Amino acid sequence: MRNSDAGKGDVLLEMRGLRIEGQSEDQWNEIVHGVDVTLRRGEVLGLIGESGAGKSTIGIASMGFARPGCRITGGTILFDGMDLRAASDEQLRKLRGSRIAYVAQSAAAAFNPAHKLIDQYTEAPVQHGVKPKAEAEREAMELYRRLRLPDPESIGFRYPHQVSGGQLQRAMTAMAMACHPDLIIFDEPTTALDVTTQIEVLAAIKDVVEEFNTAAIYITHDLAVVAQMADRIMVLRYGDLIEEGNARGMLADPKETYTRQLLAVRSYRKEEAPPDESPVPLLEVRNVTASYGGQVIVLDDVSVKVGRGRTVAVVGESGSGKSTLARVITGLLPPSEGSVLFNGEELPASYKNRNRDQLRHAQMIYQMPDTALNPRQRIRDVIGRPLGFYLGLKGAEREKRTRELLQMIEMDPDEFIDRLPGELSGGQKQRICIARALAAEPELIICDEVTSALDQLVAEEILKLLQRLQDELGVTYLFITHDLATVRAISDEVVVMLEGKVVEQGGKADIFTPPHDPYTDLLLSSVPEMDPDWLDDLLADRAARKARGEKVMESADQ
Amino acid sequence: MAKILKMVAQRLALGFLTLFVVSLIIFLGVELLPGDLAEAILGQAATPETVAAFRREVGLDLPPHTRYLDWLGGMLQGDFGRSLANQREISGLIGVRFANTLFLAATAAVIAVPLAVSLGVLAALYRNTLFDRAINVVTLTAISFPEFFVGYILILFLAVQANIFPSISNVSADLGFWEHVYRVMLPALTLTLVVVAHMMRMTRAAIINLLASPYIEMAMLKGISRSRIIIHHALPNALAPIINVIVINLAYLVVGVVVVEVVFAYPGLGQYFVDSVIKRDFPVVQACCLIFAATYILLNLTADVLSILSNPRLMHPK
Repeated sequence: MRNSDAGKGDVLLEMRGLRIEGQSEDQWNEIVHGVDVTLRRGEVLGLIGESGAGKSTIGIASMGFARPGCRITGGTILFDGMDLRAASDEQLRKLRGSRIAYVAQSAAAAFNPAHKLIDQYTEAPVQHGVKPKAEAEREAMELYRRLRLPDPESIGFRYPHQVSGGQLQRAMTAMAMACHPDLIIFDEPTTALDVTTQIEVLAAIKDVVEEFNTAAIYITHDLAVVAQMADRIMVLRYGDLIEEGNARGMLADPKETYTRQLLAVRSYRKEEAPPDESPVPLLEVRNVTASYGGQVIVLDDVSVKVGRGRTVAVVGESGSGKSTLARVITGLLPPSEGSVLFNGEELPASYKNRNRDQLRHAQMIYQMPDTALNPRQRIRDVIGRPLGFYLGLKGAEREKRTRELLQMIEMDPDEFIDRLPGELSGGQKQRICIARALAAEPELIICDEVTSALDQLVAEEILKLLQRLQDELGVTYLFITHDLATVRAISDEVVVMLEGKVVEQGGKADIFTPPHDPYTDLLLSSVPEMDPDWLDDLLADRAARKARGEKVMESADQ
Repeated sequence: MAKILKMVAQRLALGFLTLFVVSLIIFLGVELLPGDLAEAILGQAATPETVAAFRREVGLDLPPHTRYLDWLGGMLQGDFGRSLANQREISGLIGVRFANTLFLAATAAVIAVPLAVSLGVLAALYRNTLFDRAINVVTLTAISFPEFFVGYILILFLAVQANIFPSISNVSADLGFWEHVYRVMLPALTLTLVVVAHMMRMTRAAIINLLASPYIEMAMLKGISRSRIIIHHALPNALAPIINVIVINLAYLVVGVVVVEVVFAYPGLGQYFVDSVIKRDFPVVQACCLIFAATYILLNLTADVLSILSNPRLMHPK
């Protein structure tokens, strides 16, 4: 248990009145407005907030580092009595990697693709003159074993691309430990991972941090994750400190509204839609098998039924084939076997052979609104184009309908109709994508991870909007996501996919109540909860079940 | 490794196909040239009888496709035909000159490539400093001048005034290696000045392009020194584009040396090529063109293979 300040050492890091500016279009704007951070030896501090909160910027400022386009303009940074703002580049360089280490969000990007893992591990100790290469290599293998990486003796001699994402993230944690630093900055280390993989990495990080009594700053946007890791939490928003306190205390009794919002973010639940009474479902995917280039089978005999006016969530981890299912339904990837029926009528396999009406009835909304919108088209054209293409609307009629659609997605037509996508926020862009899909007046909208790239509060707004639109228009959703909280919030029915197969499907209540299929169980139990003891309890429970000889399914990415 | 060999074999086959197309284009191009070859060669002696006799002798009376196939067949067996100007075997005539050209290109490459890559690395390391700008200005100036001008400037300073190197690169087969190097130094330096800018700027750009990568930031946060970050972390990942530009420039050193060889009266293939065009010695022109094309294709193949060797993803598959 690391949840009280008692027993922690003296102050290791002290930042006072930290101010940081960021450059945008030749202008410097302050993005961190005088934040104080104090960290004791062996303590884990969680920095939490949405994007733009400045948490990552503050985190690496503790290494005396500012990313290109940022600069530290005010305040003091004292690390173990040393003033980092006054230190020379050479002094800072000697500190980084040896006494303060960094673990990045995407290990796949942060490992140099040209060098083997163990060479990257030993680089810091050798370059800083802490220990010779042979000794560092021995320690690396020891740490790899401790972090439960497979083949600890040999995994280091692989290149980053030969190792899975979850393993890389653990190898990077090992790399940060190489010089036994006093402080490690964890910058969203599990955000890019699947939930079942996240558990392993969280457990590994927690384990080594405790073992070496390393102080850590743990940066994340996920309060449930930080609850497992941190002794103390600082909630940040737009570069200001909102609330700070002991982790348990804050989770039990948040003082500020914003903190409460963050805590409540996963509590949204829709009311279940009435069951579809008609004998023929709106969409039926019948025994579909599909592959890319005839080699690797991505969908294996998948059958899914989607009732009219319902929301069916397809949930699975990366590589489960859930997005491929969407590609088959829309005709982008003709299946090698099986068929797609719409209103009981078989659709041509390829979109090229579908008529305009068949195309119109199934629309898509994508994960990344940034790339799904043409940056050179104004909102008027983005929404107006399907109106003209599918419905033949022109001139004043088209303009009128475009404005109606904007009102439907709660955006003021006068303000937004002439804007370019670049002038909108992420959430607003996703709203425009929704309006574009609605413009075709479809019966089915396929939502492919539509909230994954958004901040939690914004994502919840989008979910509520989608629900309102369904209530008003009776549109049917096929909701593809990896996030079980989203599934819980919006679905009527759930399809669980693993490695191209459907492992379980049924009503939401059925899926979320035991007994489960073993994979569904793994998936459900891996979603972090706000309870600070959740991770320890879960790991203990899994270990106990294993000890009793029960079969416990484990993440594929071990 | 088997995969790489297979790829090399595929590229090689494609290269031969390209070469075949090039040979067709060369032949057709020469065929379409205005004027009559026999008349041009015979000059004053061109009476209808001598022209007819000459045409028969060199086979010009045959239809074009027969001549093309004959020529191609000969090429495949290493028989380049005979020069029209002096009736000697072309392979013998070209061999010596091609060796000379390769020697010059190699000398220039040995100077230019390490120089360009080091300057590129240094420019990336000290980017936006006075040093970086100075290198850029100097190399860009050098590339902006026509080759013959650069050649004459070098002759003026290094041959005429300082008298270090000979202004005419007169070589023969009996010269020693170092003597040969000494004599080709001026054309080699000229070529160096011409090609360094391109390679150096590519090196610099390829490295700087990577400096925003997360793994470079990671290296900085590991407290790695700047020079090690550039050389150890950025350069290995920038090799593919750099290799490609280097190879294009190497190909240029072989096939683009015509002007420089003429300026320094160096008995290389380029010089011979120009002479043969003037003399309308078309079998020689065709042979030279084909050699140039083959050089390009071979060097590009080398670039592809080296790029693969520099990429751990391809070298060490999952």
